[in-house]
Amino acid sequence: MPDPEQIAIDVRGAVKRYGDFVALKTISLSIMDNEFFTLLGPSGCGKTTLLRMIAGFEDVTEGAIYLFDEEIETLPPNKRPVNTVFQNYALFPHMTVLDNVAFGLEMRGASRPEARTRAAEMLELVQLGAFAARKPAQLSGGQQQRVALARALAPRPKVLLLDEPLSALDLKLRKAMQLELKHLQRETGITFIFVTHDQEEALTMSDRIAVMSAGELQQLGSPSDIYERPANMFVADFIGETNLLDVSVDRVDADGATCHLGGGHVLRGVAGDGVQAGAQVHLSIRPERLFMSETPVAADGLRGQVRENIFVGTDITTIVQLDDGPDFVVRTSNSDRGNKRIFDPGTAVFVNMEQGAARLLTG
Amino acid sequence: MAAGAASGGSATTDTYKDTRTWLLMPAWVTLSILVLAPVLMMLVYSFLTKEFRGGVIWDFSLDAYDQFFFDRGLFGDDPPRIEWTYVTIFWRSIWQAGVATLFSLLIGFPTAYFIATRPANLRPVWVFLITIPYWVNLLIRTVSMKFLLRDQGPLNDALIGIGLIDSPLHIVNTNLAVQLGLFYSYLPFMVLPIYAAVERYNFALSEAAADLYASKWVTLRRVLLPSVRPGVVAGCILVFVPSMGSFLAPDLLGGARNFMIGSLIEEQFKGNAGNWPFGAAASMILLSLVLIILMLSARQQARADKGGG
Amino acid sequence: MKGPFDLRSYTGFRAITVLCLIVLYAPLIVVTVYSFNASQSLTNWEGLSLRWYADVFTGPESGKFKIAARNSFVIALIAASVATAIATLAATGMVRGGRFRGRALSFGLISLPIMVPEIVLAVATLIFFNAIGFDRGLLTILLAHIAFCIPFAYLPISARMQGIEDSYEQAAMDLYATRRQAFTRILLPLMMPGIISGFLLAFIVSLDDFIITNFVKGAGVETLPTAIFGSVKQGIKPNIMAISTLLLAVSVVMVTLSYLVGKSDNTK
Repeated sequence: MPDPEQIAIDVRGAVKRYGDFVALKTISLSIMDNEFFTLLGPSGCGKTTLLRMIAGFEDVTEGAIYLFDEEIETLPPNKRPVNTVFQNYALFPHMTVLDNVAFGLEMRGASRPEARTRAAEMLELVQLGAFAARKPAQLSGGQQQRVALARALAPRPKVLLLDEPLSALDLKLRKAMQLELKHLQRETGITFIFVTHDQEEALTMSDRIAVMSAGELQQLGSPSDIYERPANMFVADFIGETNLLDVSVDRVDADGATCHLGGGHVLRGVAGDGVQAGAQVHLSIRPERLFMSETPVAADGLRGQVRENIFVGTDITTIVQLDDGPDFVVRTSNSDRGNKRIFDPGTAVFVNMEQGAARLLTG
Repeated sequence: MAAGAASGGSATTDTYKDTRTWLLMPAWVTLSILVLAPVLMMLVYSFLTKEFRGGVIWDFSLDAYDQFFFDRGLFGDDPPRIEWTYVTIFWRSIWQAGVATLFSLLIGFPTAYFIATRPANLRPVWVFLITIPYWVNLLIRTVSMKFLLRDQGPLNDALIGIGLIDSPLHIVNTNLAVQLGLFYSYLPFMVLPIYAAVERYNFALSEAAADLYASKWVTLRRVLLPSVRPGVVAGCILVFVPSMGSFLAPDLLGGARNFMIGSLIEEQFKGNAGNWPFGAAASMILLSLVLIILMLSARQQARADKGGG
Repeated sequence: MKGPFDLRSYTGFRAITVLCLIVLYAPLIVVTVYSFNASQSLTNWEGLSLRWYADVFTGPESGKFKIAARNSFVIALIAASVATAIATLAATGMVRGGRFRGRALSFGLISLPIMVPEIVLAVATLIFFNAIGFDRGLLTILLAHIAFCIPFAYLPISARMQGIEDSYEQAAMDLYATRRQAFTRILLPLMMPGIISGFLLAFIVSLDDFIITNFVKGAGVETLPTAIFGSVKQGIKPNIMAISTLLLAVSVVMVTLSYLVGKSDNTK
């Protein structure tokens, strides 16, 4: 039985170097059993390298990786109870769908009929029972994706690795598969480690996310942690949209810090570690946590002028230039239920922040 | 992905890294013994003394090369003069091969271009049509060519039949016959590399040139040709090199006056009149010529690659 | 796009392509047609007949040609099989063996038989067998053929293997297959079209070789090309046309097979 308290994969100080090139700087993280865990980052950040190290396709230059308390470094890929859904699926083109799914079971010693029966069950689970006799090339991208999933799940691995498995699908199908994957993960109770560069995908599906950049772990936490409380500039910028401003800290107190921008604008933000009076730091605030008004709502209302309204369907994005200051991006929901207030370009407005939404970041 | 580029993305992968020595061993051994060692042995033989009934005597001697370049009279004691006989044969081979290459280029380039601009699904069929004749026995093709070109052959019959000429054209046993034979033997070698280059060519470049007021022929000369040059060079080498050393076309189509290197070499190893060291030396000279051409073209290709061409 | 604004088409190129095909095929067609000539003389056409084909199998020279044909086919079969096996292993080492020092050198060695002019290779092989005191005969022909068939088998096999992503083998090993199982169950079946096509090409090259065979064959040992050459030296006779047409047909059939197999995709 999956035990949510047990660590499925424990990466302990793993380093990966190709000659002089460091693909992965010392990384340590623990992935819990029965968890939907996502490695998120731009391409080249080392997330796929880490995944391939867990699968056994890349060796670990330094450090170690443990699978349920067992060192797996010495095990070749075919001895690791870990299966992979490859980015381009890597379905064996000369075998039928059924034989593809049965392959892993057969290699683990199941007899052919036995393997095929179990493979047929797996195909039913992903709703492809009718396609068992086809060759992979005769399936659509979405169907191939499901076969790859069924093939990797059939031998009941302890951990399933997914390498950007949705990147080849179109937007609608991708959304549907996101939900299906999440559902499959709950149903099977297998630990999923999911690699993606798509932050929205990561936020939608994951229990926890590890944000990576340039071979380093930037932040590890739940989707809301990472979105609401980014640890640094990179995470704030990479996840969602944000206003990043250079500010000087005037005063630090118990529930935050007061700081100012050029042009005499005073703001308050939640201060992280290392924010001291007199320091130059960055302030991050999400556009949807800002709203505009004709009169200041609170003491820290910022005066400016509407430059442009951009209609994006669900929202309206407004660019406000602060008097003698930088631009702010403000997002207003395109709904009549909320306090939708749109001002024409040229109108003088105040920009207001929701309580506790602004964060001060040092790096 | 960094990992993808290092392990999965490139043309070689390392699944069999630890056993590659064993995988390559049979090829290494076979080719070293049956190709490399013989070529080295040939080099050794070119420095030995000839045995009159064919074969060699194991005494070091420069006679073979001396005989190739210098004339020392019937008894070998006259002051050396430059020997033109063999140099002339070499020069004729180069000339014949050059003309055949030019013919191939004139016919092969438009053909390759035409094929490369057909719809993608028809291109392999065209390529197949061009390659079939190459796989037919060279001897049979040369014999067929001779039959076709004979004084009383179908070509002359046809030309007389339609009233273009009154008496048959004498083509067999002329330089032209050899050139035609070589051209015919290696024409597919010209078409294929040029085809490959044109197929990869990005026609948006031609459109850009046309957009900037270049005429079609100017576009061909100034934009397309420089882009596909490596393919053209490769095609010329693939025709020129085997033409130079060819034996069948000059032997069957050329007659005695149109002797080429291939026949000269062959003669040294047939019957009792042969001179093995001399044949080996002539082969070494031919091989050196070929290697020089290949090296020059490889260097030029490397330079073109570096220049971003 | 058609018409004067079609940037891709040049006037005259189509005509030259047609000319090119005529040049390539005319001699072959002429020989094929004349092989059915009923006349004793080469020049006069006296109607269709199969007499020269009958002559090939029962005529005065038929014994010589039958032995030569048997030699040719046996040598081609063995040489192509051995060369294909060696080439398959070598391609696996080259394409799946990672980067290593000597890779370029290995490729050079493998392609050496097609870079060295055939007459030079013939001379070298003759000298080699002479130097080590190996008697010339069928065995020397076979050994020489194995060597020069290797690159012809290697090229289509390695081209095919380069087209197969290694993620298939990785997926197999991820699914508990050993490397040997990944090779036999995944890589080999996917490579099969390349291997067959390489074998067929090697077979034709061996079957067609004249120059090297002519040098390394012993006295009295003949293959089809050397036997044909011997006859042609005394003048082209109609039975040579018939035998050439037969050999031509074998080559065309094998190349066509190789093309169809190479094109066939066992993934659909």
